[in-house]
Amino acid sequence: MMQRRMLLQGAGSMGLASLAGCASDTGAMLTSTAGGGVPAKTRVLVVGGGYGGATAAKYLRLFSGQKIDVTLIEPNDAFVSCPISNLVLGGSKTLADITMPYATLARNHGVRVIKDMVASIDPVKKIAVLASGPTIAYDKLVLSPGVELMWDSIAGSRAANAEGRILQAWKAGPETVALRRQLEAMPDGGVYAITIPEAPYRCPPGPYERACQVASYFKAAKPKSKVLILDANPDVTSKGPLFKKVWAEQYKGMVEYRGQHKATAVDARTNTVKFEVQDDVKADVLNVLPTMRAGAIAVQTGLANANARWCNVNYLNFESTVAKDIHVLGDSIQIAPGMPKSGHMANSHAKVAAAAIVAELAGWEINPAPMLTNTCYSFVDAKNVIHVASVHEYVAADKTFKTVAGSGGVSAGPTELEGNYAWNWARTIWADALV
Amino acid sequence: MRSISTSLARVLAAATLCAATGPVLAQDAAALRVSALAATCANCHGTLGRAVEGAAVPGLAGMPAVYMVEQLKAFKAGTRPATVMHQLAKGFSEAQVEQLAAYFAAQKK
Repeated sequence: MMQRRMLLQGAGSMGLASLAGCASDTGAMLTSTAGGGVPAKTRVLVVGGGYGGATAAKYLRLFSGQKIDVTLIEPNDAFVSCPISNLVLGGSKTLADITMPYATLARNHGVRVIKDMVASIDPVKKIAVLASGPTIAYDKLVLSPGVELMWDSIAGSRAANAEGRILQAWKAGPETVALRRQLEAMPDGGVYAITIPEAPYRCPPGPYERACQVASYFKAAKPKSKVLILDANPDVTSKGPLFKKVWAEQYKGMVEYRGQHKATAVDARTNTVKFEVQDDVKADVLNVLPTMRAGAIAVQTGLANANARWCNVNYLNFESTVAKDIHVLGDSIQIAPGMPKSGHMANSHAKVAAAAIVAELAGWEINPAPMLTNTCYSFVDAKNVIHVASVHEYVAADKTFKTVAGSGGVSAGPTELEGNYAWNWARTIWADALV
Repeated sequence: MRSISTSLARVLAAATLCAATGPVLAQDAAALRVSALAATCANCHGTLGRAVEGAAVPGLAGMPAVYMVEQLKAFKAGTRPATVMHQLAKGFSEAQVEQLAAYFAAQKK
């Protein structure tokens, strides 16, 4: 009787505390009284606050009724979107337009946001060590570190990038602004060249959209200039016919596409790029995209078990096939057929993983038939847009996602209407991940 | 004993209040699955179907279920013109469309 009385008093004080604002204690109490659901004080550590990680942090809170204790580790002060960042190069958007704060994740959803890097992860002890020193224990870890740019795949590129001479601007941020400045400083009649690595890489249509954006700026400000696309792949990897039509019609004589151009070295002194087979190319502004692989922390933790580049996961819950209780999202994973490495796809991964983690923690069967969507818009100038869309279903017999037969497709051609939808998509998905 | 009962009543009241007003509280595995299915719409139509301010596409929260099923069928059939939705609608089964419609109809605008 004494024990029961003390328990009730304990519950009473928790209840009073939570009357103030439906804090997470209430969720914990609900669980303990109901005897089911997600155990109280379950700790999920989310590493990386991009499209995958930020969405996972928010939806883990939503799907668990705020029961799961979620901590997000992210080194940047704010979220800067890679999608839309090409418009900063074109000049119709600014970096501020594509930047969102992390504060709303804490304020609206009770996510603990820590500005730091994860230095190491011990999957056996289930701890992560932060760069600043502290150790954080977890029950589940969600790893969404994006891509690592493999500078060593192109001789001389690491130093040239460190010196700020040859930029990637593939991770949106200060380099995006720096590349815009290089384009502004280039004299009319100059050449901008972009090298594209072999697929898979982050954002398949991104380099071709970038070529359009730079051409759009040149057409208005420097009409004698050229845009050279030097692609390691044999042909345009996404929306090929649509992009080629735009280059041939809207940017006639300005954009030139060259396939089978695998960059092997750069010389920053002469702004020259060398290729495996083809002749050297000299450009006034050289934009180099090296080969990509899973984010460094994923590789370092031993999770990149697909060609030593990408992380194999169980697509039902995005758990690593190497480490139990580590769920990998977004660009770092070994993709299923037809699955692009995109921000929208990372957001979709995050929701499937969050639901699976909540189900697992609650002792429920994980959804055997999860769904993913992807819509990818490309701006061919400041206003007109083309898209590719797809819907993906889990196919149990093959243990992978496949696109649903008869679904998905591309635009008929660029339109301003799709331009409105594209900007709407950006504003909405940023809010869906962060607000 | 009276004070304990009062505290307990407050706890239960708080719990009920939070369950009713919390954004998404998955009551069971089935509800969680439908919430996750509906989240595939959120990238463009807003979290829980609540569109962002000045959105170019409709919010789905509170949309009557019968209307939503009709529209998704029209997108699938190609009788309602679209830029993207006709391609996406074809990816969802009739049963999924019914689940989505019921879910969004029950969400607060």
